[in-house]
Amino acid sequence: MSAQSVIEAKAVSKWYGQFHALKDINLTVHKGERIVICGPSGSGKSTLIRCFNRLEAHQQGDIVVNGVALHGKMTNVAAVRSNVGMVFQQFNLFPHMTVLMNCMAGPMWVKGVSEKEARETALKFLERVRIPEQANKFPIQLSGGQQQRVAIARSLCMQPAVMLFDEPTSALDPEMVSEVLETMTGLARDGMTMVCVTHEMGFARAVADRVIFMDAGQIVEEGTPDEFFSRPRHDRTKLFLSQILKH
Amino acid sequence: MLYPDTVEAEILVHKPWFVATMFGVVLLLFMAFNMSGTSFAELMRPVIGEPSVSGLYGRFAIAFAIAVIFTLNVVLIGFAPLKFQIGIVWLELLLLFIAFFETFHLSLPFIREKLPFLISQGVVTTLYVSAISIVIASVIAVAGAVAKLSNNGFAFAIASFYTSFFRGLPLLMQVYLIYLGLPQLGFVINAVPAGILALSLCYGAYMTEIFRSGIQSIDRGQWEASRSMGFGFALTMRRIILPQALPVIIPPTGNQFISMLKDSSLVSVIGVWELMFLARTLGQKTFQHMEMLISAAMIYWMLSICLELIQSRIERHYHRSKVR
Ligand SMILES: Nc1ncnc2c1ncn2[C@@H]1O[C@H](COP(=O)(O)OP(=O)(O)OP(=O)(O)O)[C@@H](O)[C@H]1O
Ligand SMILES: [Mg+2]
Repeated sequence: MSAQSVIEAKAVSKWYGQFHALKDINLTVHKGERIVICGPSGSGKSTLIRCFNRLEAHQQGDIVVNGVALHGKMTNVAAVRSNVGMVFQQFNLFPHMTVLMNCMAGPMWVKGVSEKEARETALKFLERVRIPEQANKFPIQLSGGQQQRVAIARSLCMQPAVMLFDEPTSALDPEMVSEVLETMTGLARDGMTMVCVTHEMGFARAVADRVIFMDAGQIVEEGTPDEFFSRPRHDRTKLFLSQILKH
Repeated sequence: MLYPDTVEAEILVHKPWFVATMFGVVLLLFMAFNMSGTSFAELMRPVIGEPSVSGLYGRFAIAFAIAVIFTLNVVLIGFAPLKFQIGIVWLELLLLFIAFFETFHLSLPFIREKLPFLISQGVVTTLYVSAISIVIASVIAVAGAVAKLSNNGFAFAIASFYTSFFRGLPLLMQVYLIYLGLPQLGFVINAVPAGILALSLCYGAYMTEIFRSGIQSIDRGQWEASRSMGFGFALTMRRIILPQALPVIIPPTGNQFISMLKDSSLVSVIGVWELMFLARTLGQKTFQHMEMLISAAMIYWMLSICLELIQSRIERHYHRSKVR
């Protein structure tokens, strides 16, 4: 294993009951790399990235995150998770806390950072996602795009080694999509390691180092955006691209 | 409040058909009673003559007068702003109740004489028995809810047996079982602890179900977000899930508290000198039952009102993060 790899998945398989959801997945994410995962609905994209912080358990193969192997008997799963930021399609902000508190909670309760320091960090990252003025509001008082940017800031406050995005813009209105994508592009420019499940092909083209195409629980195709969009090798990929680019 | 519509509706109590119906119903209702012996009939004497011989005409006149007063009253209240309406209606209902109690011809000096003891012994006992039971029941409820949601077989079995048993038996029987049954096993238990134990176990069982459904009402995404931040189970429960479940949990829990306050009267059967016990015994010697019972009823009511106020305060507090 290279010292530079943040996530390493080897021959990973996962079943939901009888259903084989992930089949022999091999994927290495290097430090600073930006990876976009796409594929049709139900192909296992969410399942895969949820395995990377063990929100889901895999049954076969190895997943190593930041040098720690994930398995059922591990005791330090919280330490791994606090190093992996996750942004959800439905934002999942804590609605009973202010925006600021949403961002301060992680550092204070998991890392034991002082309140003052947590506040400074939180304000810094809220500034970074360009909504410092919303700090004292409750999540429900914000627009969808703003909420998703708070969710990104909340994850960033934990200073994670890698950020996972699960269709972060799918629940948003078109005009809010771009503000979230801009934030993500900014993160990528600053060198954050990112794994994004998204169907925003413009974003993939501009930001990704590698695009991964999944179908029926398998990685079907993998390549640079240029290869992927201009010279897809598999019929399944061509079909998917023709469908998604048609609109 | 229900979801308010922005279209202003006409005031119901000012609609002619409503006023007419109300008038008619009240008129018929009071026609059905023979009111000739009441003090209201005395007031009507100039119109109807001697009430007891006024016959159908007298009945009609009395009912008509009442219907006019009632309808006028309702229509006038309809003009007042919301807060006033609530206040006036409360006040009028209260006056009616007092008028009702008046008819018992209660001996006020007797009440005044016994009230201090009723409060210093009865209310104090009722309050501390309920308060301790509420605290224990809440602790049981959190533990029980977590157990019922866990996938640990032992925890689930114990918790579901517990809730089934204590929800299934009448509270009175539980009081007896604990007070008379535990000594059989060698634990001699005093009346007050036995009462507290019975109340805690019974209400803990009901509240377990309330807490369980409250916790279950929280979106999975909250658990996932919390776990993915690295929060452990206890932290997630305490800081993320329970605070969000509380708005769902509080109204039925408030119900339980109020109901427990009054059910604490059941422990009087094992001789705890709480409010109900004293209310029944203090008036016995002089056959002044009603005085003490009504005083106790009023005290129970006032205590319940305090709990209602506390509940609505807490509800308002948790309302904050839900409004835009
Ligand atoms: N908890 C579960 N139990 C059983 N089957 C599941 C569960 N979660 C997901 N699946 C199945 O696993 C497959 C992969 O699901 P997954 O959510 O990873 O798809 P996805 O690629 O993220 O799709 P989408 O684009 O719709 O989000 C689907 O067929 C789904 O039905
Ligand atoms: Mg998905």
